[in-house]
Amino acid sequence: MPINYYIFLSIALFCIGIVGVLTRRNSIIVFMCIELMLNAVNLLFVAFSKMHHLAAEAAGTVNTAGTDGQLFVFFIMVVAAAEVSVGLAIIVMMYRNIHSVDVNFLNRLKH
Amino acid sequence: MNALIISAVFGVIMMFSGILLKNKGSIRAVAIAGVLLLLAANIAEMCSGPLFHIPVEGMLRFERFSLFFNNIVFVCTLVYFLLTARDMEKVGADYAEYFALIFFILAGTVMVASFTSLLILFLGIEIISIPLYILTGSDKKNLRSNEASLKYFLMGAFSTGLMLMGIALIYGSTGTFNTTLMSIGTKTPDLPAVAGMLLLLFSMSFKVSAAPFHFWTPDVYDGAPTVFTSIMATIVKVSVFIGFIRLFQDAFGHLHNTWQLWVAVVAALTLLIGNITAVFQQSVKRMLAYSSISQAGFMLLALFAMNSNAKEGILLYSLAYSLASIAIFAVLVRMADYSFEGFNGLARQQPLVAAVTTICILSLAGIPLTAGFISKFYMLSAVMLTGKYLWLVIFAVVMAAVSAYYYFRVIQAMYFKDGNATIEAGTGFKVLLVVVAVLIILVGTFPSSILYWLYF
Repeated sequence: MPINYYIFLSIALFCIGIVGVLTRRNSIIVFMCIELMLNAVNLLFVAFSKMHHLAAEAAGTVNTAGTDGQLFVFFIMVVAAAEVSVGLAIIVMMYRNIHSVDVNFLNRLKH
Repeated sequence: MNALIISAVFGVIMMFSGILLKNKGSIRAVAIAGVLLLLAANIAEMCSGPLFHIPVEGMLRFERFSLFFNNIVFVCTLVYFLLTARDMEKVGADYAEYFALIFFILAGTVMVASFTSLLILFLGIEIISIPLYILTGSDKKNLRSNEASLKYFLMGAFSTGLMLMGIALIYGSTGTFNTTLMSIGTKTPDLPAVAGMLLLLFSMSFKVSAAPFHFWTPDVYDGAPTVFTSIMATIVKVSVFIGFIRLFQDAFGHLHNTWQLWVAVVAALTLLIGNITAVFQQSVKRMLAYSSISQAGFMLLALFAMNSNAKEGILLYSLAYSLASIAIFAVLVRMADYSFEGFNGLARQQPLVAAVTTICILSLAGIPLTAGFISKFYMLSAVMLTGKYLWLVIFAVVMAAVSAYYYFRVIQAMYFKDGNATIEAGTGFKVLLVVVAVLIILVGTFPSSILYWLYF
C-alpha cells in the first residue's frame, strides 16, 4: 500500500483530535482527543519507519534503518501513560472541589 | 553527563528522604547539598571530562555551551532553594516530594540543553513539564491552583501533540532523529520537513509562552503557588529557550532565511502583547507573569539572530533574568497582599529588602550597570549584526521603555507611597538578597568575566 494512505489517515485522526480539543467542553473528552492526537502520531511513526526500512532494503543495504521510529513510539506510549496518570489525578482533584469536569470552569482567573 | 545522572538520582533520594527524615530542616539541607553536588559535578565535567562513561549513541552532546548553561541553571536553583525553600512548607504537606520533582525538572533541563536527537528533546520537555503540572496543582484545596494546573496540563499536552506531529513529519522526510545529520534545506525544500518545522516552531512557542501562543501563561503563573511560579517563570523558561535555539540551529540552520521573518514577527508580537498588557495589571504577581512574556520576546531575538553574540547573549540573559526574577518572587512570596498597593511603604519598614528589590527591578527593566542592561544590549547587538530588520531593534527598545513604566510602579509604591507593608525577613534571607544584588551588579559591570568561562 502506498505511504500516502497512512499519512492521510493519521493526519485525519490528528485533525479530529485538534478539533475535539478546541471544541469540546468536558475535560475528560478533551483529554481523550489529546490521546487521539498522540496515537495518530504513533501510527505515522510506524508507517514512516516501515517506509525507511523498505527503502534501505531496496537500496541493497541490509541494516537497521527505520528501527528508531518504532523505538520512538514506545517512548511516546510511556510518556502518554505518565501524562494520563498526572492528568486524571488533576481532573479528580478538580472534581472533588467543584463536582464538575467542565472546562468552562477555567475562567475564574480571568478577571 | 554527570549532572544528568546525579540530578535523576537525587530526585529518588529526595523521595526517600521524605520517608526517612521527619524534620523539614534536614530535608531542606539534603536538597541544598544536592544542588551543590550537582554544581560541583558539572564544573568538574567542564574542567576534566565526565565521571561516567556511558555510550549515548550520539543522542546527547555535552559541549561547552550546554555545560555552561547547566552551571547557570544550578546556580539559579541554589539561589532559589536558599531564598524560598522555607516558604514551600506553606504550600502543602509533601515537602520532600516538591524537592524531588524539582530535581527531576533539573534532569529535564540538562537533557533539553544538550540534546542532539529529537527523541531526547521530546523526553526532556516532558520530564520538565510533567513535574510542573503537579507542582502547579500542589495547593490542592485552592480552586485557582486547580484551575491553573488543569489549564497548564491541557495546553501542555496539546502542544506536545503538535511537537510530536512535527517530529514525525521531519522523520518521514529525513529518516533520522539526529539533528546534526538531518541537513534539511540543503536539497530542494520538501513540504513535510517545512511543515514539521512550523509545527515545532508553534509547539516550542507554546512552551516558552511566546505570542500568539501565550494565552495560558498569565492564568497559570497567577494561579500556581507563588514559590513554584518562581521556578516556572525562570529556570524552566530559559532551559526551554536553550532547547529552542539548539533545535533551530542544528536541525533548521540551513533554512535560517525561511524562518527568520516568522521568528521576527513572533518576537515583535510577544514584546508588544507582553508589555502593553502588563501596564494594566493590578497584581504584582500577574504583572510579573506578563513581564516574563515580554522578557521571552527579548530572548526570541537571540533565536532570530543566531550568531555568536546571540549565544553569549542568551546565556547572560538567562542568568540576569532568572536571578532578578527569583529574588523578586522570593520577596513577593512573603508579602501579605500581592497588589501594587501591598508594596506601599515597604522601604520604611524594610529598607534593605526594598533596596534589593529595586536593584532586581532595575535589572529587569534594563537600566545600565545591571545585568539586565548588558544582556539586553547583547541581544540588540546580535540583531544589528545580522544586518536585517532594523525595525525590530527599534521596536524592542521602545518596548523596553514601556516596560520601565510598570516596573517602576513597584519602586514608586515601595518608596513614595504611605503604607505599612512589611515582610518577615531574617538575617540569612537579607544576606542572600544582598548577595544576589551584588551578583547582578557584578555581571552587569564585568560580563566578560562570566563569558570567559564559556571559552576558557
